[in-house]
Amino acid sequence: MAECVECGADVALHDDLEAGEIIDCGTCGVELEVIDVNPPVLDRAPELEEDWGE
Amino acid sequence: MKIGILYSRIRRDEKLLLAELRERGHEVTKIDVRKQTFDLTEPPAAFEGLDLVVDRCLATSRSLYATQFCEAYGVPVVNSHETAEVCSDKAKNSLALAGAGVPTPETKVAFTTDSAMEAIESFGYPCVLKPVVGSWGRLMAKIDSRSAAEAILEHKATLGHYEHKVFYVQEFVDKPERDIRVVALDGKPVAAMVRHSDHWLTNAAKGAETDEFELDAEAKSLVKKASDAVGGGLLGVDLMETESGYTVHEVNHTVEFKALNEAVETDVPAAVVDWLETKVPAEVVA
Repeated sequence: MAECVECGADVALHDDLEAGEIIDCGTCGVELEVIDVNPPVLDRAPELEEDWGE
Repeated sequence: MKIGILYSRIRRDEKLLLAELRERGHEVTKIDVRKQTFDLTEPPAAFEGLDLVVDRCLATSRSLYATQFCEAYGVPVVNSHETAEVCSDKAKNSLALAGAGVPTPETKVAFTTDSAMEAIESFGYPCVLKPVVGSWGRLMAKIDSRSAAEAILEHKATLGHYEHKVFYVQEFVDKPERDIRVVALDGKPVAAMVRHSDHWLTNAAKGAETDEFELDAEAKSLVKKASDAVGGGLLGVDLMETESGYTVHEVNHTVEFKALNEAVETDVPAAVVDWLETKVPAEVVA
């Protein structure tokens, strides 16, 4: 469990969490980036950029 | 083997790869490119001792530079910078395919709104306008009329980044509401799926439905030719069916394969790791 930096709600985390992964806050819907896994640290995910994706 | 994964975002695809590599006992170093500085001659500390680097950068610009630095440091990288360079730009991609004799949609590139309009009118309506750099089906326009063309060209010229002033105009391929995505390793298909959609865009990122697809000999041969045309590697080859056979519209170099992995019986990440293991000298493979 970690705290959403946007709304403060508890965010449930998977067991196979990876730094760099993006998760959604179930309460406010903001995209969060996993900065660290042990202990879990979340921050707002970067905005989508024009040259992203395959 | 010691393998480095270049990334700035870990998608489901990267998680699948990481799990497979770790399960096989390979030593994996995740390298967040946002945290690196690239010296001209000395590799960053994170690169030390790596047998192979896999580029999984989400951003095309990062992928292009990071692979070039890897090669300058003498660190083997997949995909190669050459492949990234060709695949990341739709104009270069189309030129490579056409140059290798791979059937690909008729395409014209223009640099001004006037010449782009000429290209559009030469195709007639509908035709397609795409950004040369971009993905997930973003900013793709199916143009149905001259007035729509005028509006889109004006918007791109006024609002767009300079890359949007390179107008990539393509014939509209009247495909049967589906296209084919093949993941291939140096031209050898791992698996393929069809992406169905009522919408003219059939990207998995746009919510298209997927099903496994059995490739025939013609498709396999085109996948090999298309892969060779862009320099080989771990690639996503996109084909469409036309009345006269297949046409290859694009080859992707940081291929996303999670949708394919769910649509087919083949274990795609396992096949990718099998192939990665062949990319380093046998004595270092764990």
